[in-house]
Amino acid sequence: MSSQDIPEENLPAAQDADEHAPGTVAVADETNPFADPGLPPHEHRIQDIDERAASRSERTVAFLFTLSMLATAGFIASYVTIPSDKSIYVFPIGHVSAMNFALGLTLGVALFSIGAGAVHWARTLMSDVEIIDERHPIAAEPEVRAKVMADFKQGAKESALGRRKLIRNTMFGALALFPLSGVVLLRDLGPLPGTKLRHTLWSKGKLLVNMNTNEPLRPSDVAVGSLTFAKPEGLEEHDEDFQKEIAKAALMIVRLQPENIKDKQELEWSHEGIVAYSKICTHVGCPISLYEQQTHHVLCPCHQSTFDLSDGARVIFGPAGHALPQLRIGVNDEGYLEALGDFEEPVGPAFWERG
Amino acid sequence: MSTTTTSDSRSREKAPAGERVADWADGRLGIYSLAKANMRKIFPDHWSFMLGEVCLYSFIVIILTGVYLTLFFHPSMNEVEYHGSYVPLQGQLMSEAFNSTMHISFDVRGGLLIRQIHHWAALIFLAGMFVHMMRVFFTGAFRKPREVNWVFGFLLFVLGMFTGFTGYSLPDDLLSGTGVRFMEGAILSVPIVGTYLSFFLFGGEFPGGDFVARFYSVHVLLLPGIMLGLVVGHLILVFYHKHTQFAGPGKTNNNVVGMPLLPVYMAKAGGFFFLVFGVIAAIAAIAQINPIWGIGPYRPDQVSTGAQPDWYMGFSEGLIRVMPGWEINFWGHTLVLGVFIPLIIFPLVLVAIAVYPFIESWVTGDKREHHILDRPRNVPTRTAFGAAWISWYFVLLVGGGNDLWATHFHLSINSITWFVRIAFFVVPVLVFLATKRICLGLQRRDRDKVLHGRESGIIKRLPHGEFIEVHEPLSQDALHTLTAHEQYKPAEIGPTVDENGVERKVNGPERLRAKLSKGFYGEDNQIPKPTVEEYKEITSGHGHH
Repeated sequence: MSSQDIPEENLPAAQDADEHAPGTVAVADETNPFADPGLPPHEHRIQDIDERAASRSERTVAFLFTLSMLATAGFIASYVTIPSDKSIYVFPIGHVSAMNFALGLTLGVALFSIGAGAVHWARTLMSDVEIIDERHPIAAEPEVRAKVMADFKQGAKESALGRRKLIRNTMFGALALFPLSGVVLLRDLGPLPGTKLRHTLWSKGKLLVNMNTNEPLRPSDVAVGSLTFAKPEGLEEHDEDFQKEIAKAALMIVRLQPENIKDKQELEWSHEGIVAYSKICTHVGCPISLYEQQTHHVLCPCHQSTFDLSDGARVIFGPAGHALPQLRIGVNDEGYLEALGDFEEPVGPAFWERG
Repeated sequence: MSTTTTSDSRSREKAPAGERVADWADGRLGIYSLAKANMRKIFPDHWSFMLGEVCLYSFIVIILTGVYLTLFFHPSMNEVEYHGSYVPLQGQLMSEAFNSTMHISFDVRGGLLIRQIHHWAALIFLAGMFVHMMRVFFTGAFRKPREVNWVFGFLLFVLGMFTGFTGYSLPDDLLSGTGVRFMEGAILSVPIVGTYLSFFLFGGEFPGGDFVARFYSVHVLLLPGIMLGLVVGHLILVFYHKHTQFAGPGKTNNNVVGMPLLPVYMAKAGGFFFLVFGVIAAIAAIAQINPIWGIGPYRPDQVSTGAQPDWYMGFSEGLIRVMPGWEINFWGHTLVLGVFIPLIIFPLVLVAIAVYPFIESWVTGDKREHHILDRPRNVPTRTAFGAAWISWYFVLLVGGGNDLWATHFHLSINSITWFVRIAFFVVPVLVFLATKRICLGLQRRDRDKVLHGRESGIIKRLPHGEFIEVHEPLSQDALHTLTAHEQYKPAEIGPTVDENGVERKVNGPERLRAKLSKGFYGEDNQIPKPTVEEYKEITSGHGHH
């Protein structure tokens, strides 16, 4: 939509463009009391008329520059003399690194003084007479425009691009295709997802290992009201893929009174009221770590999704879209808690193929 | 060899060294024509014009300190055991990225200072761009011929956000790793390609061993390279367009009034660089930022409460926190609306402010150049839109910090979340209406001041006992300044039947424009500025006071 259908009279009257040339002073008269009176006369500063004030300014500027030199010397001295592990008490910030404090403040003063000196110099000693400069339209004059258009047409004609269609089309084809190589090269940025997001390290018979003690858990280790974090047997911190595996396998174990468990499947998958849920939030994957003993709610500290562990870990508040996956657990012959399989659904954030 | 050449070359030899260097450079670079146009270039003075300078200077500080940090930082996710001088973390497993950041903070003298200057400067850079952008918005400095520069500035703001995000993710600490995990979860929510994008970005499953190195090249090379180009382009355009100025005596749309680049502006602007740098250094000396040693290295199964992104990412955090957890399952697929919708709104929040200038120029149909700034009150609809946008942004910031609001003000987190859900829709509307009213009120006040003068505070008793307050007429400077702004008339659709009785079709966009134009410049949407006739009638006496 062009502006042509906006009638010209809707635009404000041409700005006082031609009324007065720059620099001229339009005297307010009977016809227009709102006219531009022009630039007010320059008012002298004290430094312009009193040489003593001017030298005072000069001394101030010189003082600031000298202060900067001293501060730089102080910076170097601090760097050389202060032990880097020394801590000092500074009111009201508290205990801080002496080195960081001294270096930062001396550097700050050294820089600030240069700036303050320069600005004071500009404000008090350099001319403060306002100068008027003319503006010129950004768009080119019509003759220039016509010349450019003519030149372009000539150039385009000489290239014969419009006439020799075969050249044009094949060139566009070549230019459009070659970036594909760049796209193809990006393929090896990573492997394809496959079903990797559906599986974790958990499988039938894997013991639940306490994250803190690194010992396999027995039912008696899990007290009512406590929150225990567990990892699958065999996964060690020094393992190369530890971060990747724990990001999916991290487990959260609580013991409820079996009669408090409202969800039938949850009760079936538990052992003596001990339930094991994925610790990874189904919203965007933060580890859930806040447990409320009385209500059996867990809260994700990142975005406050809240799940009810006594009711199939369904979402009772917050942005998560589905319940936490539960791990089916039991006890092996030696009395240790073990997994009875992998999670039946993918852990962590939802994704397109999750279904 | 003529004599003139000889005498010419002799005078050259006598010229001072500086002049000879300049001549040498001019003969090769043509610097004199550049200097002719720019050395005494005029820059108008106003406090708000320095906001952009804050951004430029903090950007330079970021580059200087960033280069220093690259000398010590190892962008690698190889796991190592910590054996540095910070005792509490001795023996901890951590990535080399975290380890080298610890090394910079505790074992490189001044390393902590440079790290803190870098981080503080980044926060100030983003805050500066936000405020600078608002200055440009509310004064209408984005109008022709500066639309392209507005877009450059907007891109700088957006790229700055992502440079900041990739930067604070590099130390691979528990807090930033949580942010990266959030990003991964958000990417997974993208329909069809989400899992592929995530696997390509992280080189496999999260967290993998690649993202620090990849973020590093994006953070130190790709994004800053683009930004540097945009900053240079931004500045070239500022020079080319010449700076805008506020209306006032002697200032027209065709001139620029102020101080010359050499010496005043150079001293002030150059000095201001040192002021900004000095203040940031002092902040870095006294205010700790991102103490990764207290946060610890990243583990996907650990987290702390109060996890917050840096402030400029806070509004996206708000979107994700308050969105209800909608998920649609169909034909074996999941549409994760609860995460995907915030991911879509995130850029839309930013684009809303970015496209405004183009909407306004379409509504006004104004194709002229504008170099005189608007006072925000004189363009009530624009000002109200800007204020509404800011309120929208801040509502989301509140949402992003809902846990902190809850703990600091002892509120229920559920109520805050519900408040933000409702306020997201309601607050911008309320702010829009309130701002518009305030602007119109201020316009009325200006009008009264022009027509009736300034309240002097002097109470006069008239012979018949009445008390009046004496109003002093304004100076001509003030009269001109208060009446210098332009007022558009609302665009009419015009006759739908031409002189031959043929009906013209009025299309949708045209009708929309007429409606918007009425909203901008219609009867109740701006106060007509006083005319000379009104002024004369009132000031011509007749016992007016």
